[in-house]
Amino acid sequence: MISFYLNGKSVSVDDDPSTPLLWVIRDSLGLTGTKFGCGMALCGACTVHLDGKAIRSCVSPLSRAAGKHVTTIEGLSNDPSHPLQRAWIEVDVPQCGYCQSGQIMSAAILLKENSKPTDKDIDEAMSGNICRCGTYPRIRRAIHRAAEMAAEKRSS
Amino acid sequence: MSRLEECIKTTPELSAAEHSNVPSAKSSRIARRDFLKTTATIGGGLWISAYVPELAARPDSNAPASATVFAPNAFLRIAPDDTVTVISNHSEMGQGIYTSLPMLLNEELEADWSKIRVEAAPVDPVYNHTLYGVQMTGGSSTTPSEWERFRKMGAMARIMLVDAAAQKWGVPSSECRVEKGVVIHSASGKKATYGSLADAASQLKPPANVPLKDPKQFTLIGKPVRRLDTPSKINGTAQFGLDVRLPGMLFALVARPPVFGGKVVSFDGTEALKIPGVRAVEQIPSGVAIVADRFWPTKLAREKVKITWDDGENAKLSTSQMLADFSRQSATPGNIAKKTGDPAAALAGAAKTITAEYDVPYLAHAMMEPLNCVVDLRADTCELWTGTQFETVDRANAAKTAGLPPEKVKINTTLLGGGFGRRANPASDFVIEAVNVAKVAKAPVKVVWTREDDLAGGWYRPMWHDRFAAGLDAQGNPVAWTHTIVGQSIMQGTSFEQFTIKDGVDSTSVEGAADLLYGIPNLQVDLHSPKIGVPVQWWRSVGHSHTGFSVESFFDEVAHAGGKDPYELRRKLLANQPRMLAVLQLVAEKAGWGKPMPAGRGRGIATHFSFDSYVAQVIEASVDKDGTVRVHRVVCAVDCGRTVNPDIVKAQMEGGIVFGLTAALKTEITLENGRVQQTNFHDYQMLRMFESPQIEVYIVPSEQNPTGVGEPSVPPVAPALTNAIFAATGRRIRRLPIRASDLAGGSEAKS
Repeated sequence: MISFYLNGKSVSVDDDPSTPLLWVIRDSLGLTGTKFGCGMALCGACTVHLDGKAIRSCVSPLSRAAGKHVTTIEGLSNDPSHPLQRAWIEVDVPQCGYCQSGQIMSAAILLKENSKPTDKDIDEAMSGNICRCGTYPRIRRAIHRAAEMAAEKRSS
Repeated sequence: MSRLEECIKTTPELSAAEHSNVPSAKSSRIARRDFLKTTATIGGGLWISAYVPELAARPDSNAPASATVFAPNAFLRIAPDDTVTVISNHSEMGQGIYTSLPMLLNEELEADWSKIRVEAAPVDPVYNHTLYGVQMTGGSSTTPSEWERFRKMGAMARIMLVDAAAQKWGVPSSECRVEKGVVIHSASGKKATYGSLADAASQLKPPANVPLKDPKQFTLIGKPVRRLDTPSKINGTAQFGLDVRLPGMLFALVARPPVFGGKVVSFDGTEALKIPGVRAVEQIPSGVAIVADRFWPTKLAREKVKITWDDGENAKLSTSQMLADFSRQSATPGNIAKKTGDPAAALAGAAKTITAEYDVPYLAHAMMEPLNCVVDLRADTCELWTGTQFETVDRANAAKTAGLPPEKVKINTTLLGGGFGRRANPASDFVIEAVNVAKVAKAPVKVVWTREDDLAGGWYRPMWHDRFAAGLDAQGNPVAWTHTIVGQSIMQGTSFEQFTIKDGVDSTSVEGAADLLYGIPNLQVDLHSPKIGVPVQWWRSVGHSHTGFSVESFFDEVAHAGGKDPYELRRKLLANQPRMLAVLQLVAEKAGWGKPMPAGRGRGIATHFSFDSYVAQVIEASVDKDGTVRVHRVVCAVDCGRTVNPDIVKAQMEGGIVFGLTAALKTEITLENGRVQQTNFHDYQMLRMFESPQIEVYIVPSEQNPTGVGEPSVPPVAPALTNAIFAATGRRIRRLPIRASDLAGGSEAKS
């Protein structure tokens, strides 16, 4: 039995410790917002936060999460009030939407560490996340917009 | 038996209700697309007419749950709480149809937009595509298919709701108006919400006459309304096929043959069965299925199954051999797709002739959500959950596999994590296989494909070889153009064959080439369709995905050979194509054609007509010394008729451009000893954020009916880029993907 915190709540699972966290979250714990795209940390669809860092859950064994805090897209905010979620709606980023959980989770760490990212910062932080629908120009716009929204919130 | 009847016979779903209403091919050649008589043409050939009395029709599945829900037709329901559920007969795969179809419907219904919900339609002939006669999503055709029907459905409901209110108040309907889901009688000040009228409206007969608004009165169509599906796609609640969970559901992976057409000789699942959670290892027609109580054990177990394969007749297939074979075949003309004037004589008499050969590879669709299908197979029913683009065909094939009549098969269409054509498989490969897995799983089961399965799984965009010759007159104007195409037919062997293959020419192999818009007096386009054991199918923009590249690149070669500016020559030869001319001129103006650029950059231009839409693009690119291509800016102009939602049109143009750039710069599927060489995103690479250029999209205002949007921005991307590379480096790219090794020296090497 391995225990960790999933979106703030303590959970325990009896999956094999080598099972990738992605499948534990999806199949054993039933949260399906985190997606499977490649299984090799190549596409970023499975991105979650582990103690505040973005990780690819498809290659991270369950054992790595023991006792730690895991945040998935479902735990990013209770209502979709995170600046990134609001910006994603304002810019209408998603097309098929499948990769967007991972995109937002990667962008959330970028914004946490860099409140005003440049285009180059976005390139560096987001190039591990593939979008086959080609929403990159809108993701870029939405990250800039979210940074503005967060700044407005801080100054108000 | 006529060819039409044969097709209907081989497509079980088309047999029952529609059959008695199928007129002869001759008598059905009517020019009008009647709303009540849905008449389909595929590939410009024969017609299927599916008489669908939509105004009265309502499949059982849309029967109101209680009398207080108003379901006037198959496409909407209004609940007492004013919620309007729009039933979408087309799948949402990113193209925004779960927003634009409700927009069409609500333009006439005039409900409160915030009360609109969307639900996927069940499979029923009432939901058939108005042009293709089956329930499906593809061909950039959803808006053209539904442009009139969805507005009619909304108008019909509004008329009934107004009548219900008028009767209740004892006033003439003509004195009532509607505003945001409320019927208002101004004189008396009476008001009633749609929800409160649902019960009364349900008692009324549908009107015989459903007039539509003059487009000048549109208040919703043409507005950049935000997508209805975005909120669910930013918080993890959107349900894709892979997210479906059923009580007691098992998971399965399939070990498929390493060579297309290979067969299992024998297998040993002993070691695999020792892995905790694994329930069964069983042979199925497509390979060996591994069933477990979770996904992960299936993955571990598949590596432990020992299988002896018979590779079959495709074990020697290799890309290099195919490239050589295709080039050789292209040296002689194939079946004639188009001939005007006397191209041979014109070439012989030309002041100058040029020739060139082009190659493009097999391509996988590589949707971000790998294929999957959930099946609950019972003794007398079969229920499926999957993201499909092809409900009618999948239901027929699933029924046949399950040994059930089609009406006993229910398909729940989920959101699609990308489609690009792959999820409209003519053989329903991933659906049939899942039904076969369900037979051995003996429980509800979710069949999952890994990325490796997806890339090696076939059903690719075919590889193509194009050989051109052009003759120029003394002034450098093209007077002759011949184009020999070599590549597999995607239609051969499917139930669509008889509508799309004529005189040995698959119209989808030559689209974008045989219908060349440029005014060249002597033209020949011909086709060889070699039979190769690699399964192929449509891939975003279909035949245009290769003809766009080859035709527009060779046209650039012709312009340069004749000493002409590539834009000016296009302008001249499009003089009789006013809509394409307009997009061409718009893109040139917005891109600043002919204006100075930073050192090392080149500008390329391309146009392409596909899915009845006109697109032109200008790309600015440079090439590093090591041959790395940098795409700086893409300017795109499109005329797709009247736009339902301009922001969705822009998003589709942007997405198609990134898709096209990925094909131009990154991807190819190759075979060696019959085995696909690519396995995952490290060797089948996608364009990423740092490579994504600035994209600008301009829409030409139009009052014509809407035309395709999902695919038409893909074909011009590759040639606009390779033409830009030529401008920057003096090097002509004639095979995709573009290789750095072909461009060593980069922009600086231009002599």
